[in-house]
Amino acid sequence: MSILEPDHPDQPAPMMRSDERYYDADTIDGTLVDDPGARAPLVLGGRDFHSVTDTICGWAENKTPKWWPLAFGTSAGVAGLGTLMILYLIITGVGVWGLQNPVSWGWAIVNFVWWVGIGHAGTLISAILCLFKQKWRTSINRFAEAMTIFAVICAGTFPGIHVGRVWMAWMLFPIPNSNAIWPNFRSPLLWDVFAVGTYFTVSLLFWYMGMIPDIATLRDRATLRRGEKTTFGPLWAPHPLPKVIANLRVTLPYFQIMSVVYGFLALGWRFSCRHWHNYEKAYLILAGLATPLVLSVHSIVSFDFAVSILPGWHTTIFPPYFVAGAIFSGFAMVLTLLIPARALYPGMKDFVTARTIENMCKIITVTGSMVGFAYAMEFFIAWYGGNPYEMDAFIRRAFGPYWWAYWTMITCNVISPQLFWFKWCRTCIPFIFCISIVVNIGMWFERFVIVSTLSADFLPSSWGYYSPTLVDILTFVGSLGIFMTLFLLFCRFLPMLAISEVKNVMPQAHAHLHGDDHEGEH
Amino acid sequence: MSKETHQHGSANWGIMAEFDDVPAVYHAAEKCRDAGFRKWDVFAPFPIHGIDEAMGLKTSHVPKVVAMMAMIGISGALLLQWWTIGVDYQIPNGGKPLFAWEAALPITFELGVLLSAFGALFGMLILNTLPMHFHPLLKKERFLRVSDDRFCIAIEAKDPKFDIDGTRSFLESIGGRNIDVVEA
Repeated sequence: MSILEPDHPDQPAPMMRSDERYYDADTIDGTLVDDPGARAPLVLGGRDFHSVTDTICGWAENKTPKWWPLAFGTSAGVAGLGTLMILYLIITGVGVWGLQNPVSWGWAIVNFVWWVGIGHAGTLISAILCLFKQKWRTSINRFAEAMTIFAVICAGTFPGIHVGRVWMAWMLFPIPNSNAIWPNFRSPLLWDVFAVGTYFTVSLLFWYMGMIPDIATLRDRATLRRGEKTTFGPLWAPHPLPKVIANLRVTLPYFQIMSVVYGFLALGWRFSCRHWHNYEKAYLILAGLATPLVLSVHSIVSFDFAVSILPGWHTTIFPPYFVAGAIFSGFAMVLTLLIPARALYPGMKDFVTARTIENMCKIITVTGSMVGFAYAMEFFIAWYGGNPYEMDAFIRRAFGPYWWAYWTMITCNVISPQLFWFKWCRTCIPFIFCISIVVNIGMWFERFVIVSTLSADFLPSSWGYYSPTLVDILTFVGSLGIFMTLFLLFCRFLPMLAISEVKNVMPQAHAHLHGDDHEGEH
Repeated sequence: MSKETHQHGSANWGIMAEFDDVPAVYHAAEKCRDAGFRKWDVFAPFPIHGIDEAMGLKTSHVPKVVAMMAMIGISGALLLQWWTIGVDYQIPNGGKPLFAWEAALPITFELGVLLSAFGALFGMLILNTLPMHFHPLLKKERFLRVSDDRFCIAIEAKDPKFDIDGTRSFLESIGGRNIDVVEA
């Protein structure tokens, strides 16, 4: 059975129209319809509301899948390693990194910008696609928002530890202090603190608000099963623990506990339509607020570079180019996480259809082309502007000591997304997964190329070559571990798909639907 | 035993009725609205499109809360930046003005958005009187299925038109099933 086939090939799919054209090989799971007059079904498998609830809640309620402890253990281990590296840095000082004059911004800033960029997909999917009424986003928005929050946590870590004296990091905020000094509000670095802080908070609020009804669903289901006892153990994953612990079995009133935990988080939501009325309004406003916000955040991050007077940084193209790159890398990361999840969680293919994946590939091509255009335009303006320092900075990027980083960036970011012009490329899931990783790598190199421009400053006698140390590398790998650990916890305990939003885009959700005679009219 | 008292002796909160699907609950909501009930509500696992009109709900107040918070955020941010760097802790730098609105824009925008977002979420919660620790409906096991695939209409005993037998037969007449008294 191909990875692309829906999970219930034997069941009829009443939500698809009975036209023959939906079932030919080109449409894969029935959703890749090229006819613009026909709407592709958003939920497959002939599901009703109950089966939607059951499947999505089941991922959080059922016995932990066998791969999960292994994946979680590995990620947590890597995260622990990263934490140790951060601790070592705090104890010893930023000298443990490869930072030096003139490259005083090394991997830490590369990683910061990379992670913030990745964090842009969530809000784009939940806010901008919401305003554009792209209903296919309902199956991936929760997922992408969670990813956003965890990516911004990883991002925020890097400037936090880069300040050197971490215990003074509170001075980033305007807090009255005994020295009677205030932060410099004219500095783009301070704008960045507010931009990233606001972005994190608003993303968290948006994510949580979307989750309130779904957590209430989990609460109600847990309450209905509160009498059940659940046995945990023995541990399945290979581990060095003694047999007594490994074979331990614990019986807990799991659903009783979870009904309290979910009950606390659901804030007493009871699905009242008077509440939904305010909720929908608030959701729309949050989407409207998050739309300019998502565009502003990476613009402000780009000001960190563009407001300086360094050749190669001081360009007006940076804000739009950073935003396009951010959406580009964010979508790639969503695909990197979504494709394995779609294969591992039973029933997920009914929600995350081949068309959803194809749409994301198309967005990657669009934003990848914007990024490619920006690279070309940067070079052109460097030549056209007639500034010898600017031109030199660009020639050094492409043909200087960091030529390998530049051409890796071009290959990954400009060439690879263009492959999605071919239908086979954007419908072959393993291939898309590979490209999504290539794009992530490419976007990391883009930031590296920008930061390493520092290596050749105005004074040739100070030119240097930046190389990371082992601590640099392990801290970055550790941040990937932190990200994955948080993500796996999310997958295990929270509703991974927006249940109420998915139900809302199903054909049964429409009030004017009287029986079967009107089906397919809208 | 008075009409408003349940057989166990506790006062009644109201009556709930179940509906099978969206069209049924939608049309029943229209009839409830037209019957002139005030303290009643529809419960659905997702926001039904157009139910606001069917229930006769007025425009939400959330935008007003958000607008107020946005103004606090914007003015607060401008005031903070002007006072800290323009007045209290001046850093003369290359003859540039100590405070210029252009440089203050990014943070003003961000704080405006931040406070508006708080206004949207907390305004929504406050207008909905959430968080709520306890609600009589959530004691009903049958009601808990609303979060899955059921639709409900509940009329409160506080409604001036409420009368336990009359309301019950009204709910029956608009197509409600499994009509049940909810104890307070």
